[in-house]
Amino acid sequence: MKQIKTIAIKEFKDYFISPIAYIVISMFLIVTGWFFFSTFFIFDRADLRDFFSLLPIIFSFIIPAITMRLFSEEKNVGSYETLLTMPVSFTDIALGKFFAATLFTVSMLIPTLSYPLFISLIGKVDIGPVIGGYIGAIFLCAAYCSIGIFASSLTRNQIVAFIIGAALCFTLTILDKLLFFMPSQILPIIEFLGANSHFATISKGIIDSRDILYFVSVVFISIFSTYIVMHEKN
Amino acid sequence: MIEVQNLTKYYKDFCAVNNISMTIRKGEILGLLGPNGAGKTTTLRMLTGYLRPNSGSIKINDFQMPQDILKIKSLIGYLPESAPLYHNMLVYDYLDYVARIKGIEDKETRYDRFLKLSDLCGLSAIMDKPIGNLSKGLKQRVGLAHAMMTDPEILILDEPTSGLDPNQIAEIRDIIKNIGKEKTIILSTHILSEAEATCDRIAIISQGRMVADDTTLNLKKRVQENSLIRLSLKGAGKEDALTLLKGIDPRLDVTAVDPVEEDLISFEITNSGDQDFRSDIYLKIKGTDWIIVQLAKESQALEKIFRELTREVA
Repeated sequence: MKQIKTIAIKEFKDYFISPIAYIVISMFLIVTGWFFFSTFFIFDRADLRDFFSLLPIIFSFIIPAITMRLFSEEKNVGSYETLLTMPVSFTDIALGKFFAATLFTVSMLIPTLSYPLFISLIGKVDIGPVIGGYIGAIFLCAAYCSIGIFASSLTRNQIVAFIIGAALCFTLTILDKLLFFMPSQILPIIEFLGANSHFATISKGIIDSRDILYFVSVVFISIFSTYIVMHEKN
Repeated sequence: MIEVQNLTKYYKDFCAVNNISMTIRKGEILGLLGPNGAGKTTTLRMLTGYLRPNSGSIKINDFQMPQDILKIKSLIGYLPESAPLYHNMLVYDYLDYVARIKGIEDKETRYDRFLKLSDLCGLSAIMDKPIGNLSKGLKQRVGLAHAMMTDPEILILDEPTSGLDPNQIAEIRDIIKNIGKEKTIILSTHILSEAEATCDRIAIISQGRMVADDTTLNLKKRVQENSLIRLSLKGAGKEDALTLLKGIDPRLDVTAVDPVEEDLISFEITNSGDQDFRSDIYLKIKGTDWIIVQLAKESQALEKIFRELTREVA
């Protein structure tokens, strides 16, 4: 447990030592801020629905960029060997990195809290969907981070890790928009597999155990796959 | 006490380590010798638990790999080849991270340990520098501090002196000898003189097989002493000296080499037997008016056995 914490703190600090953190955070804020506020005054609604509906698609590209280095860089530099020969288990390493990445993406959301604050000055905001939206966003972060970590554990090349991670996250994001092409028998299954509908439900302010179970399962499966990859590669 | 039995490792179809067995007692310094690609690093990586062997067993004290892998890892301090570290971290932050991960919780204890290690490895001047900016020798020292963080019973060092300058090599060797008084050390190298200078015991690996495993002294005795005598003379003619030296004994092989200093002439004399011809040479030259500037014998035992053993398999 302490090992997980140590690794998580180290990885979290690492983001802020290099310029990655600042670049990614500013990119994220510029993109979401622009897309959200460019139509905000046209619709003239005091809510964050448009902001939250942007998140899955933006996260599916931003989060793999955050997680791509976690394993690939260590493998490339060789520090993976130093790490694995210290008294830590595979699970400690995978979970430590997962918590660091999730914490970082969640901290990336903190500046966006100024949006509801700002909107509440000019209109009456329904606080329920906002809280729901942020809870959903945290679950979404965790799920995509775990997928990104799995992608990173596969290769020593960061670019490849990013592409695999983005492809997986993007597929989960748009799966419920592809239902048109699927045979009708498996429609409910495919719809359940897509991340968008689960996130949409939570961000409406409805906390359903099925949606939470979905995100927890994605995290579990990805971390477990990471564990298997680490185990097989040595 | 480390017991390794029938260790074998394949990379796909290539057999990197083939059926290696050895026992290393407490307090021993073992040198793992071999040409490049012989399987030294692979063997060490299996000992540290980084790689899983295809077959064979590793037992350290009473712990068995892989069941007790975490306990074994905490007994071992490991310095991988060329010390791969996190380049963007400061030396102090890195050591702090390593100490925490290796379970030194108490702040005071950690601080004491840093003081000791920075003394031992000479880190005090670079504590506040990013690891990526350090020279190779300094990185190696940080790696050594990493390996010795918890004062482990067993130290495994993979080519600790490769790529260092002569001063740094001497420093690292001193450190190894110092800590070797109470710890078990396994180090790999392909520099023979290094193994000879630091190790109690030498194991030679070639193409994944263990071809020799003995104390340094015994290993030298194994081959017939093939000695090389270096002789430098002043005031002698080259041809005269050659005929004189060749006349001492037919078993001697005399070759003139580039003189070590100006106005000297130098020879290398090898002899196929184990007889020491130095006194004969001296007596012979005593009869002339030449001056002996250098008359020294060099043992080539280790080089010879290394070459023989590693060629045999090929």
